[in-house]
Amino acid sequence: MSEATRAIEAVWRIESARLIAGLARMTGDVGLAEDLAQDALVAALEKWPQSGVPDNPGAWLMATAKNRAIDRLRREKTYERKREEVARDTGALFAMERSDFDAAADDEIGDDLLALIFTCCHPLLSREARVALTLRLLGGLATPEIARAFLAPESTVAQRLVRAKRTLRDAKVPFEVPRGDELEERIGSVLEVIYLVFNEGYAASSGEDWVRRDLCEEALRLGRILAELAPAEPEVHGLVALMEIQASRLGARRGPGGEPVLLLEQDRSLWDPLLIVRGRRALERAEALPGPLGPYGLQAAIAACHARALRPGETDWVRIAALYDALAQISGSPIVELNRAVALGMAFGPEAGLELLERIEDDPALTQYHLLPSVRGDLLEKAGHPEEAASEFRKAATLATNDRERELLKQRAEGGG
Amino acid sequence: MRFMMFMYPQIEEQDWNPTPEAVAAMGRYNEELQKAGMLLALDGLRPPSDGGNVVFDAEGKATVTDGPFTETKEVVGGYWLIQARSKEEALEWASRCPDSNCRIEVRRVFEMEDFPQDVQDAYEGP
Repeated sequence: MSEATRAIEAVWRIESARLIAGLARMTGDVGLAEDLAQDALVAALEKWPQSGVPDNPGAWLMATAKNRAIDRLRREKTYERKREEVARDTGALFAMERSDFDAAADDEIGDDLLALIFTCCHPLLSREARVALTLRLLGGLATPEIARAFLAPESTVAQRLVRAKRTLRDAKVPFEVPRGDELEERIGSVLEVIYLVFNEGYAASSGEDWVRRDLCEEALRLGRILAELAPAEPEVHGLVALMEIQASRLGARRGPGGEPVLLLEQDRSLWDPLLIVRGRRALERAEALPGPLGPYGLQAAIAACHARALRPGETDWVRIAALYDALAQISGSPIVELNRAVALGMAFGPEAGLELLERIEDDPALTQYHLLPSVRGDLLEKAGHPEEAASEFRKAATLATNDRERELLKQRAEGGG
Repeated sequence: MRFMMFMYPQIEEQDWNPTPEAVAAMGRYNEELQKAGMLLALDGLRPPSDGGNVVFDAEGKATVTDGPFTETKEVVGGYWLIQARSKEEALEWASRCPDSNCRIEVRRVFEMEDFPQDVQDAYEGP
C-alpha cells in the first residue's frame, strides 16, 4: 500500500461513520448509505493521490457521495426496475438535495451517529450480525479485517453483512434514536455489542493477530464515543469504566508462555495507571447520575476495588462482597453468586463462602461448570480440609475443558498447587 | 496504539497572546478528539522559567540548572496523548490542529510488549 493510500485510509476511518450516518439520515437506508459512502471513497482514492487531501475531507466526501447518488440514479433509470424501488430512491434523492450536510450542527451529527449505533445494534439482527455491522459502519473495518478478528471465513462475514442490511431495509427500520422506554431497552443491546467486541479482543492471547488485540481499543473507542453522545445514561459510563480498568491489565494477563495469569497473581506493576485513572473517572460519572449502579457499573466498581489495591493483600474484600451482593440481586446469575462466594470467603473466612456454595450448588447452570468444585476446593483447603479439597479439585479437573487449567487443577489435587 | 503529539510553538514566549477565537478553536479541536474517542490525556505547559533542568554527566551525577534555555523552537508548549489505529491516523489528527506558527511532533508510545522478556521482567513500576 502506498503512503498516499494509507493516508487516505486514515481519513476514511476518521470520517466514514459520520459520513454513513449523515447519508443514512437522508436516505433512511444504512445499506444504501454505505454504498454511497464507498463510492465516495473510491473517488477519493482516484483523486487525492494527485490533488492531495482537501482541507475539509468530510465535506468533500459528502458532496461526492451526493453526486454519485445522482449519477447512480440516472444510470439505473434506464434499467427496468420495480416501481417502488425507483420511488424510494427518488425520494431519497430529493431528501438529499434538500439537506445541507455542511450546515449540520454538531448535535445533529451526533444524533445521526447515535442513530447509526442504535441501527447497527437493532434487536432484529442476530448478535453476530450486530457486531459485524457495528465494526463495519462505525469502526470502518473492512470485511477481511472483521473476519480475521472473529476467526470466521470472509464469505461468512460478507454474507452476514449483506443479510443484516437487507433485514433492516425489509423491516423498514426507521433511522432514529429511540426515545423513552424504548431507549432503555435498546441501549442494552448497544452496550452488549460493544462489550462483546471488547471481550473478543481481551480473550485473545498475546502475540496473536494485531486485529484481535486492537478490538479492545476499538471497543473502548466506541464506548467513549457513546459516553459523549449519551452522557445521561449511567450504564454507558459503567461499561466504559469496566473496559478501561480491564484494559489496564492487558499487559499482565498472560505469562511469558502465553498462559493466562489470574487476577490475584498478576504483576500489578504492569497495570496501566492511565487507564485505571480513566476508568475511575468514568465510574464517578456513572455514580454521579441519579439511581443505583447497574450491572456494568457494579462490575466496574469491583474492578476499581482491585485496581486500588497495590498488593493483593490490600484488597477490600468486604466491599467487593457487598458489590457482588448488589450485582447478584440485579442479575440473579449463578456465576455472579459463585464470584460472591469467593469474595465472601476472602472477606469473612472460608466458611462464609462454603455456606453460599451450598445454596447454589444444585443450580443447573453450574453442575457441569469446573469453577464450582474448583472454588469449593479452594475454600475447603483454606478451612483446613485438605482431603475433601483434593477430591473437589479432581472433580474440577474432569470438568475443565482447557488443557492448561486441567493441568493446574490436577496439581492442586495432588497438593502441589 | 498510542501516540504522543508534542506541540512546539514557533514564536517567542512574550509574543504568545492567543485571541479568544484561537482559544475557542483549540477547544473545539480538543472536543473533536474527545468525541472521536481518541483523546487519552492532554496538557498545556507553563514556560520553561517555571520549571528547570536536571543534567546528568557521564558518571550519572545530577545537577539542577535553571538554564540555559534551549532555543524557543525547541520548547514544548503542550501535548496530547491519543489512541489511534495507525501512524497515518495520528498524523491526520495532528494536521487538523487549528493553531498556526507551530510544529507538532507525533511519536508512537512504547508498549511493554515492545521490550524483550528479560527487560519486561526487570520492570517494577510504575
